[in-house]
Amino acid sequence: MLSRVADNLYWMSRYLERAEHTARLMGVHLNLMLEHDLQPADRRWPRVWASLGSKEPLEGDDPFDVTQQHALSQIVGSIAAARENARQVREQISSEVWEEINRLFHESRRIGTAELFRSQPFDLVVAVTQSAHLFTGITDSTMLHGEGWQFIQAGRFIERVLQIARLIDAHFAEFFKSGAEPMNASEHIEWIGLLRSCTAFEAYCKVYTAELRPERVAEFLLLNAEFPHSVRFGADRLERALEAVQQGTARKSDRLGKLAGRLTAALSYTPLEEITSDLHEFSATIRRLCGQIHNGLYQVYISYPVEAAFAV
Amino acid sequence: MPPAFDTSQLGHARFQNYWLDQAYDEMFESEAVPRPHYAALHELLLELPLAEMRHRKQAADISFLHQGITFTVYGREEGTERIFPHDLLPRIITSAEWEPIERGLTQRIVALNLFLRDIYGDERCLRDGVVPREIVYSCKHFRRQMRELTVPKNIYITVVGTDLIRLSDGSFVVLEDNLRVPSGVSYMLTSRQVMKRIFPELFRTAGIRPIDHYSEALLATLRAVAPDGRPDPNIVLLTPGVYNSAYFEHAFLARQMGIELVEGRDLAVHDNIVYMRTTAGLRRVDVIYRRVDDDYVDPLAFRSDSTLGVAGLFNAYRSGNVTLANALGTGVADDKALYAYVPKIIKYFLNEDPVLANVETFLCSDRLQREHVLERLDQYVVKAVGESGGYGMLMGPYSTAAEREEFRARIQADPRNYIAQPTLEFSRAPCFLDGHVEPRHVDLRPYILYGDKITIVPGGLTRVALKRGSLVVNSSQGGGSKDTWVLY
Repeated sequence: MLSRVADNLYWMSRYLERAEHTARLMGVHLNLMLEHDLQPADRRWPRVWASLGSKEPLEGDDPFDVTQQHALSQIVGSIAAARENARQVREQISSEVWEEINRLFHESRRIGTAELFRSQPFDLVVAVTQSAHLFTGITDSTMLHGEGWQFIQAGRFIERVLQIARLIDAHFAEFFKSGAEPMNASEHIEWIGLLRSCTAFEAYCKVYTAELRPERVAEFLLLNAEFPHSVRFGADRLERALEAVQQGTARKSDRLGKLAGRLTAALSYTPLEEITSDLHEFSATIRRLCGQIHNGLYQVYISYPVEAAFAV
Repeated sequence: MPPAFDTSQLGHARFQNYWLDQAYDEMFESEAVPRPHYAALHELLLELPLAEMRHRKQAADISFLHQGITFTVYGREEGTERIFPHDLLPRIITSAEWEPIERGLTQRIVALNLFLRDIYGDERCLRDGVVPREIVYSCKHFRRQMRELTVPKNIYITVVGTDLIRLSDGSFVVLEDNLRVPSGVSYMLTSRQVMKRIFPELFRTAGIRPIDHYSEALLATLRAVAPDGRPDPNIVLLTPGVYNSAYFEHAFLARQMGIELVEGRDLAVHDNIVYMRTTAGLRRVDVIYRRVDDDYVDPLAFRSDSTLGVAGLFNAYRSGNVTLANALGTGVADDKALYAYVPKIIKYFLNEDPVLANVETFLCSDRLQREHVLERLDQYVVKAVGESGGYGMLMGPYSTAAEREEFRARIQADPRNYIAQPTLEFSRAPCFLDGHVEPRHVDLRPYILYGDKITIVPGGLTRVALKRGSLVVNSSQGGGSKDTWVLY
C-alpha cells in the first residue's frame, strides 16, 4: 500500500474519532448546565478546555459561548478533515464508507451553523455520534480487513486513548478525593458526566452497580479490558493493529513493537493504588507513549527517508 | 431556423422540435425517414411513452450521480464538482462508416509517431522541407531535452484521442489530434455500462461491438513499452491529484487496470531509478502512465515551481530506467499550426494518401494567409494553437465586432499563435431534451492505443453541444456526451 494512502486512512479515522469525542463531551456539559449550573462557570470551563486539548485559556467575554464555538469549530473542522482524507483515497475505501462520511460532512455543515447550533445544539451531537458509530460498523462490515483497515483501526484507537487519558486527567485534578470521603450531590452529577462523556455510565453500572466511587471509575475507564471506550481496550486494539501492519508489510520495527508493548503493559500491570496516587503522571505517561508510537509509525511506514529505506 | 417537421405526418409530438438543414443528420435521411441503422431507435422513440422516457433519463442520471462520475470546472468556485452531462440517445455508426475511420486513424498515428521520432532524431523531414523548421522550433510544446533520446520501441504516443467531425456530405474529417494527455475515456466506458441497463431491448437486437476491453488493452499497451529487461513491470498512473478536472478518470482507470494511482509526492528518484513509497518500503516503478503535463513532471528539468512532479524523474527517464507514456514533447505534433502539415507528413513518411482528410486551415504566421483571414474574421473560427478545451477561440459568425477587434490585435501581435478554419456545419444527432427529441451538433473522439500493435476500441466518446445552436462540445463549455455504438 502506498504510504500516502495509509496516511490518509489513519487520519480519516483519527479525525472522525476526535469529532465524535468532542461532540459527546459537548453534549454532556451542555446537558449538565441546563438544569442548574452546580459548578461555577469559571471553574468548569478551564477543565473542559483542558480536556479538549487547549493549552491556553480561550479568550472571550462569555465562557459558555466561547467554549461552544471552540467545540463547534473543532467538530465541524474534524469532520471536514476526515472527509478530505477520505476523498483522496476514494478508490481505496468502500463506496459505503465514502457515502457515510460525505453525508455526515454535508449534514454537519447544515446543522453546524452558529445560529442553528445555538438553538439546537443536540442535533449536531446526535448526528455526529450516530454517524461515527455507523462509520465504525461500515468499515468493519464492508472493507477488506487488510492493511488499510488496520491503519483505520490504529488511527481510531490512538485517538481514543489520547482523548480519554486527557479527559480523566482533567476531571480527577478537580474532583478526586481519596478514601471514604462522602460525595455530595453536585459531585455525584459530575462523576456521572465523566462516565457519560465516555458512553460508560450504563456499562459501569453493570460492572459495579450505580454506586459511584472515584477509584472504581478510574479503574473502569483506564483498566477495563472489555469496555470499548476504556484506555486499556484502546491500547490493546492499537497494539493488535500495529502487529497486523508489521506482518502485512514484513517491515518489523523493534522500537515500535516495544513502545506498544510498554503501553499495554502499563495498563495491564500497574496497581490501581499507584495510578490513583498520581493520576496526572500516569495519564502523562500514556499520552507520551502514544505520541512516540505515532512518530514511530510515521518513521517506519510513512515518511521514512529514501536513503534509510535502502539500508533496511 | 427552418420549419419543424410536420408532426401530423409523423403522428407523434416527440419530434415536433426537430429540424433538418444542410448539416448532416445522423438519424434522418430526409424528413421523417430514418437511416436504416437508426430505424430501431427511431421506432422505440415513437413507441415509448413520455413518462417512460423521463423515467429512463432519470435512472441514467442517478446512476451517474451515484458512481460519482464528475469533472471539475476551473475558474468558478474552488473545485466545483459537476456531474458529467449525458444524453440518453446513443450515436450509432455502421461498420462501413467505421472501417475507414479505423484505417485512417491508424495511418495517422503511425505517421505522427514517425514524425516525432524524426524531429527528435535525424530531422530528415525538416531538412527535406516537409515541415518548416520554425513551425517546429517555435512550438511551445517542443522539448529540446528530448533530442537524441531513444524511447522504448520508438513509441512516443502511446495513448491518443483524435477528434473527428462529420461534414455535410457525410464524410469524417480530423479536427484535431490530442497527443499529450487525452481524457474522456472513462466517460465512454461508464456511459456504456449505464446504457446497457437503460436500453436492453436495443442491445439485444442491434449487434453492438463491445468496448469493455479498453482497460485491459491499455494495460497491455503500457506493458509493451516497459524498459528492456523488466519482464514484470510495475506500472503506475501519475495524477496531479484530487483537484484536477479529470481526477475521477484517473482513479477509475487505475482501479480498472489494478495499478496504483500515485501523486508526485509518492515517488522518489534514487540513482536514476524511480521508486514509489509504500508501507512495505520502496518499490521500483517501471512505467508511468502520466496524466500530468510535460511542464510539471520534473521541477529540475522543466518548471521549477511545479509541486506535482518528481525531482530527478527526467534523468531517470533519460537513463532508460523508466518509461513515460506518453513520451515528453509529443505536444509538438498536435500543435494546431503543425496540424496543417499532417497530410504532407503522412505522404512523406508512409508514401500514402491520407485516408481521413484535414479541415482546411490557414496559418496566421504566413503573411498571405493572415491577410486573407483578417479580412474575413466574421467567417472563420480562429484558434490559439496551444490551447485546448475550447478556450482561446473566436467563433467568427457568432462573434461581436468588439471580440473580432480583440482577436485582430492578438493575431497581429503574435501571428504564430493563431490559425483559422472555416466555420463548419458539422453533423447533428438526436438528443432527448426536456421531453422532446431535438438535433444537436456532435463530434467523435476515438481512443487509439499504440503498443505492440495499434488498438482502437470501436467507437469512442461522442461529445455533444447541448446548448441549442452551439458548436462547442467541450465539457468545460457546456457540452455533454453520448454513448457511441459501432455496429457489426
